[in-house]
Amino acid sequence: MSKMRLLDGSEAIAEAAIMAGMKFYAGYPIAPATELLEYFAAKLPTAGGVCINADTEIEAVNMALGAAQVGARAATGSCGQGLALKQEAIAEAALNETPLVVFNMARNQQDYFQATRGGGWGDYHTVTLAPKDLHEAVEHTHLAFHIADKYRVPVIFMGDNLIARTQMGTSLPVPELDPLPPKDWALDGKMGGTGKSRWIWTFGGGKAGNPGLGPDGYWRQIAEKFEHIARQEMRHEQGFCEDAETVVVAFGSGGKYVEYVVRELREEGYKVGYFRPITLWPFPGPALEAATRNARNIFVFELNAGQMIQDVMLSVEGRHRIKSIGGVSFDDSGLNIGPMMDARIIRERILAQLNGEPIRQLPISGMGAYL
Amino acid sequence: MNVIDTSRPPERAAAKVADFKPSLLLSENHHLCPGCGEPVAIRLILEVIQELNLTQNNVCILGHGCYGSFIMQMDVDSTLCLHGRGPAVATGMKRMRPDVAIWTLQGDGDMASEGLAEIMHTAARGENITCFMLNNGVFGDTGGQMTAASVVGQRTKNTIEGRDAAYHGNPIKVAEILANMDGTAYVARGSVHNAASINATRKLIRKAFLRPMHGHGLALMEILTMCPTGWFVPPGQGAEYMMESLGKVYGLGELKDVASETETVNP
Repeated sequence: MSKMRLLDGSEAIAEAAIMAGMKFYAGYPIAPATELLEYFAAKLPTAGGVCINADTEIEAVNMALGAAQVGARAATGSCGQGLALKQEAIAEAALNETPLVVFNMARNQQDYFQATRGGGWGDYHTVTLAPKDLHEAVEHTHLAFHIADKYRVPVIFMGDNLIARTQMGTSLPVPELDPLPPKDWALDGKMGGTGKSRWIWTFGGGKAGNPGLGPDGYWRQIAEKFEHIARQEMRHEQGFCEDAETVVVAFGSGGKYVEYVVRELREEGYKVGYFRPITLWPFPGPALEAATRNARNIFVFELNAGQMIQDVMLSVEGRHRIKSIGGVSFDDSGLNIGPMMDARIIRERILAQLNGEPIRQLPISGMGAYL
Repeated sequence: MNVIDTSRPPERAAAKVADFKPSLLLSENHHLCPGCGEPVAIRLILEVIQELNLTQNNVCILGHGCYGSFIMQMDVDSTLCLHGRGPAVATGMKRMRPDVAIWTLQGDGDMASEGLAEIMHTAARGENITCFMLNNGVFGDTGGQMTAASVVGQRTKNTIEGRDAAYHGNPIKVAEILANMDGTAYVARGSVHNAASINATRKLIRKAFLRPMHGHGLALMEILTMCPTGWFVPPGQGAEYMMESLGKVYGLGELKDVASETETVNP
């Protein structure tokens, strides 16, 4: 085991990605994904890789697509606002089976729909890993590349500002993962003129004399693949759910805060539990259904106006009182997470809902320092 | 000097040039219109790849246009990428496989309209790739609409009285812009409107592959191609129409070459 180092999340993720064999990164500066780009720019060349400061988010993701299509582990990154520009290419990677990792160092949690529904065209999904802290972020970095290669799909790593900029001690452990099949599909340029040249094409058309399935058959195959992934890759974490009357659902850093508050309330005798989806897609619906079988209340804490709550509602069968205890939360502190990501406030909101009291609205952060 | 062995009959019967099919063409059938110039240009490119012994050392990135269907005809490791993004995809590929000849096949709609940012920045970075722009001044695949490269006065389906500079804007000359940029090694414009231009263009294509292979930077090879369907003229009049419209604006020949003439072999 290597020695412990005090790293911020961006550096830990960058180190883990390089340890995972990532050879290509292209990005465009945007807080809080900028540090990731800076670390890759500094460290990737000495690790035998390439980091390109692309001129647009669109160019960056397409460069990463190209690098991945010739067989390299490749990634791009931004925050949700930048990922909006990359949607077409993420859908393209899903449909033409290019393994691609997209780091989303999100500002708050208003990109849940973007990650799980996607803004590109086609019947596709994007596997989305949402770590709760630096330690899980390191594990998920390895896992993201692994899942991308295993299924030839794009994977979104959904970090956030807290993870990116909080320092923690880590030995950068490498998780043990199953062996992967060889990338015999990669365009290495060696099959020209052999009659067996390769193609990567969203329309699944193949080659003259050896045609592919065509769009209709190919897209059905892709859809079936995502159904398979949905069954295989659901991940979650839960605690105290067995006898819980109330289960609080939250993801990412928010899940870590909720876990803390739930433990505190348990010690005080409240029958509460927590449930944290680790994969936002595939959403661990069956596990949530099982975890809330004995519960009356499901409270959803997310830093947005109510996005994941839809997946929660789809997963359980309408037996529960499902309430949002989150909301839009953004500020100009530099962390952008806003005042709601606070154990005291989460506690206050859980108790207010339990007691049937109105939830106290937080003062609007306003433009503060910008004025 | 090779001496022809006349002591016995040749192993292969003599063939007319027209019978020759480049080994990288899986089929001579295609779905493009009568009089289209693109199959001629693509065939030239494939012949040069074969000449330069790059058949098993090249990857093609196709953009969106009629030529895109050639992903099925070309026996080349290929991808058909998002509209206009070919040079970005090629950048990722080249950086990961610097020894492979990476080339993009784009049209004027793909490069000058949708993908102008990508080709400009890729050229400025001096990526060692070859970018082809098959220029017919229209979106042929959608039936003949104006692109950024349509010339003033050109009739298209959405400039039905002819492109009016004051109303529709002026054409963008990608080759002229790139020739003035640091980072490009070779910029040339060819044509396939007659036998002489086809032969001349083949020589330009050769250099367009060699310069990046030698590490001099990006090569842009523009080829004027006929699109009688998109120009609303009979197939037989495509060549003449092209040289009277696009040919007057887009001059043929080499616009830039940073390397010496002696570098004519595959490194």
